[in-house]
Amino acid sequence: MQKNLRLHYDISGDDYTRAGEASAQLKQVLRQLGLSSSIIRKVAIAMYEGEINMVIHANGGTIDVEIDSACISLVLRDTGPGISEIDLAMKEGYSTASENVRSMGFGAGMGLPNMRKHSDYMKLESTPGVGTTVHMKISIGEE
Amino acid sequence: MWNNENSENSGNSGNGANGASTGNSGAIGAESAASAGSTGGGANGAGGEKAQSLFHSVTLDSEKCKGCINCIKRCPTQAIRVRNGKASIINERCIDCGECIRVCQNRAKLPIYDALGALARYKYTVALPAPALYGQFSHLDNIDIVLNALKSFGFDDVYEVAKAAEIVSDYTRSLMEEDRTLPRPLISSACPAVVRLIRVRFPELLAHLLPLNAPIEVAAKLALAGAQAAHPDLARRDIGIVFISPCAAKVTAIRNPVSLEKSEVDAVFAIKDIYPHLLGKMKDIAQLDEEDIPEILSAGRMGVSWCGSGGETAALLSENNLAADGIENVIKVLEELEDERLGELDFIELNACTAGCVGGVLTVENPYVAHTRIKKLRKFMPISLNHFTAEQRETLLWGKPVKSDSVMKLADDYAEALGKMQRLKEIVDSLPGLDCGSCGAPTCEALAEDVVRGAAKESDCIFKLRDYVQNLVSDMNKLEGYIPPPFRMPE
Repeated sequence: MQKNLRLHYDISGDDYTRAGEASAQLKQVLRQLGLSSSIIRKVAIAMYEGEINMVIHANGGTIDVEIDSACISLVLRDTGPGISEIDLAMKEGYSTASENVRSMGFGAGMGLPNMRKHSDYMKLESTPGVGTTVHMKISIGEE
Repeated sequence: MWNNENSENSGNSGNGANGASTGNSGAIGAESAASAGSTGGGANGAGGEKAQSLFHSVTLDSEKCKGCINCIKRCPTQAIRVRNGKASIINERCIDCGECIRVCQNRAKLPIYDALGALARYKYTVALPAPALYGQFSHLDNIDIVLNALKSFGFDDVYEVAKAAEIVSDYTRSLMEEDRTLPRPLISSACPAVVRLIRVRFPELLAHLLPLNAPIEVAAKLALAGAQAAHPDLARRDIGIVFISPCAAKVTAIRNPVSLEKSEVDAVFAIKDIYPHLLGKMKDIAQLDEEDIPEILSAGRMGVSWCGSGGETAALLSENNLAADGIENVIKVLEELEDERLGELDFIELNACTAGCVGGVLTVENPYVAHTRIKKLRKFMPISLNHFTAEQRETLLWGKPVKSDSVMKLADDYAEALGKMQRLKEIVDSLPGLDCGSCGAPTCEALAEDVVRGAAKESDCIFKLRDYVQNLVSDMNKLEGYIPPPFRMPE
């Protein structure tokens, strides 16, 4: 029985210029695995949005990726302020980002909706004051 | 195939290194060192699909290569390794960007193109000058002087690539307005190194490529049609369509076209080769009164501006566009586009060379100087003189779809690739992470990849080797202190 491939990424919280590095690295791995363009793109977008969320709201965090024969699972953990109204946060266009963040082109309120759109399964757990964990799965199955 | 020794290319260059470029070489013998092989002619016939797909416009002069690691570090697709003391290109990964040619201090990396003597192969020849040519000459105030000098040099006719560029721009504008099904942003397909980069590293973005042939291919088709109409007695093989190129990647694109079955370009001359010959002819032409210089120039500002970064987007006459130049910047833009961070743009122009085509490896002049000269030259030119007509549609549209070339995958079988990736990550963790290049691979990760592909050993890492030796020494020391039981004394 083959072991699953596990990858771990630390996301630093204070550096916008480095946001996207982890998703770029994961993309490289997925290309080397020979996965199809459409799957790579879905993973890249979902992960990049998560990465940006961590940088903007949570002072960084970690991303654990597990790849097996059927799917790619992402677990994004942070110890940030948490999300009090998850239903509202999942709405397109809803954003709590500061004016400063918006002026850099982020915080359009599409992060979580995009993550849901590009993943086949998504679960968001959050406790205000403790942190947020997002689980996403993207299946590799035949197209 | 992974670590082949670039044999086809080396073979081509072989004798080229010492001026195999026949004919008009003379003063430029040294400069045209790599003018070997032919780009058109035999290439399209012989060789077969496989050999053609491995052709690249960069070759190695192994006499000059010292096996340093400058080029392996600079290669944007990690396509070079040092093996047996010499740089060796992994052909499948090379995108012909020319970075290794630029960075090599020993001038061991050489572009391939045709010798000027190739002109004698044809009864009737048409020069297709890239607009970058016009920026190479100081004190030039009239582009017609250059174009007439091409005729004095020996060409029967001239067809400016800038003319075709204007037609491509015109058609791009109407496509963008009429065809809303095309994904946004569209990516220019004019730079062959960028197209190849997308095929090997960003296949997700292939759908974004503007489905039009590059201006040089359009120019070649139109020039050929013009020559055949004017001289119906000539056979195709008697007509020579010759590109005067700033760029080595075009040689690959012409020899092994990806968007059409066959290129109509028969030979590629380097701007730097023809430059000294043109200088002499231009001096004579400049002596003439202005009205005595025949008017050949038939492109406007739009076409001529394609030579520099931003020229193609400017010709779209809209603002929501981006132009990036230099291969590293191009990669950054493509990464962002892949993550859907640039969705609001309509068009992206990408040039692998810094400053655009004026920065090509076959040019003479500093790209920024050349670009500035062209800005001065175009100042009083009309905006655009060439427009798309419906019967040109076939000439412009891709003849076949551009496909991905997934050279990055570790194995065809997914489970096998997954296993190799496991192993790769384990090896990376055990390597020092210094990316020193002493193993001949550009990074520790690249060495780990080579190991799982079977093209290198972990002990190729000098730090690993040192660990092995240290362990060996400590084992030997233990053995040295070993006393057989009969001689041991009680403690």
